[in-house]
Amino acid sequence: MTLLRRTLLALGLPVLLVAVWWWASAGSTDFYRPALSTILAAFADTWTWDRVRADVLPSLARLAAGYLLALTGGVALGVLIGGNRHVRAFLEPLLEFLRAIPPPVLVPVFILLSGVGDRTKVLVIAFGCVWPILLNTVEGVRGRDEVLSDTCRTYRIGGGLRLWHLLLRSASPRIVTGARQALAIALIVMVISEMIAADNGLGFAVLQFQRGFQIPAMWSGVLLLGLIGVLLAWGFRWAERRMLGWYYGQRAGRREW
Amino acid sequence: MTRATAGARAAPALLGLLGLAVFALVFEVAPRLGVVPADYAPPTSRVLAAAGEQVGRPAFWAALADTLLTWGTGLGIAVVAGVGAGVLIGAVPFLRAATATTVEFLRPIPSVALIPLVIVLYGSTIRSTVVLVVYAAFWQVLVQVLYGVADLDPVARDTARSYRLGRRLQLRYLLWPTALPYVLTGIRLAAAVALILAVTGELVIGSPGLGKEIDLAQQGGAVPAVYALILVTGLLGVLANVGLRVLERHVLAWHPSSRREVTPS
Repeated sequence: MTLLRRTLLALGLPVLLVAVWWWASAGSTDFYRPALSTILAAFADTWTWDRVRADVLPSLARLAAGYLLALTGGVALGVLIGGNRHVRAFLEPLLEFLRAIPPPVLVPVFILLSGVGDRTKVLVIAFGCVWPILLNTVEGVRGRDEVLSDTCRTYRIGGGLRLWHLLLRSASPRIVTGARQALAIALIVMVISEMIAADNGLGFAVLQFQRGFQIPAMWSGVLLLGLIGVLLAWGFRWAERRMLGWYYGQRAGRREW
Repeated sequence: MTRATAGARAAPALLGLLGLAVFALVFEVAPRLGVVPADYAPPTSRVLAAAGEQVGRPAFWAALADTLLTWGTGLGIAVVAGVGAGVLIGAVPFLRAATATTVEFLRPIPSVALIPLVIVLYGSTIRSTVVLVVYAAFWQVLVQVLYGVADLDPVARDTARSYRLGRRLQLRYLLWPTALPYVLTGIRLAAAVALILAVTGELVIGSPGLGKEIDLAQQGGAVPAVYALILVTGLLGVLANVGLRVLERHVLAWHPSSRREVTPS
């Protein structure tokens, strides 16, 4: 009973919305708003394996490369900056400013500096999404537990052990928060960089359909982009639960107490 | 206050200014020494000169006004809709359970995916960009409001119920004060996202504003102007962030500071 109820609650509204879209658009003669059935048919026709290999996989590869670059760079720099009060004071206003620049406007600049190749897109994705990771790591390292800090000092725990067990562990909830924001930004920058200058990729393909007035194919591309966003977010949540299980358990315990 | 403590307080700010100065200096010297190509990465002085030039152009102010209009309209709609929907959904348990999966599904859809759609539906107009801004900013506000409404203190809720506070009074004295800090956090997060989407929309869709100016400057080969305009968008972002933080502190002056601010998600 409760399982049935929960399934109904979880699936009811999405099914209802899709059904409404399906019926409202059925037999649509509006060129720009095709019927959902047409869009789904176009989806199957458009995103064949060849097209996936030509457009989707390169996009995802650039996204992964840029994101991982930002993750490693952001955490490394964040630990360095967060560990020292003076370095932090020195860099804080600068980082606040760099973070406030909307990342997509950097696409033209990166094209000037390193051409229109894959390297530019990876760099611009990394540069665009590194700030939330970096700033959250700084905050996380700064807000580490003082007792743990002193314990480390007393037992002369230093180097790699201190980095792994004290600094990264204390910062990890904040790093994950930053990484989650960064993933959304990385996806945006990926699409934009391909819309502005590319000869393959999802953003390029979708804009190409729009310019060629292949409207159902364009709608299917929008659906695919949305789907990728949703899958990435779900994947991230899954990884987050695995990595931060200890933290949520600790927090829940504290609340009950 | 002794001079020493005043000095200690001023020191971080001075160090920060020094950081900005060193950054500017590096970008002044590097192109001049040929470390980076001066044609594509002009020295700071030329970027600042270009910024001065921009300030003298009426077209720049028109573009700035357009960007602010797009940003403000989109953010305004998103905040009103997000708070309204959030309070409604959050206060009714059935709605909350029924919409959870839908919110989880719609929220991660990158709003830039909508760019081709709004181009064919509305063309290169401010309206196109506003749609993107609203879509991106709405979820930020909604999710924070949902957190806020869920954070209701059980004792306060039971007290309100014991004293038979009506729906309207509960909304005013129970729900609103609890949710307000979250609402403000949501607005601050939404403002940053809204600015990104406003400028991005202008850049890609070609609706009037700073983003379009950047595109035009780049196509015209006016590289220092590109950097100058990017500088302006960054300053805009900093101003918005600082302004909203000040507002937050002002509006929440009554608030027990012990209440933790939710970590942005």
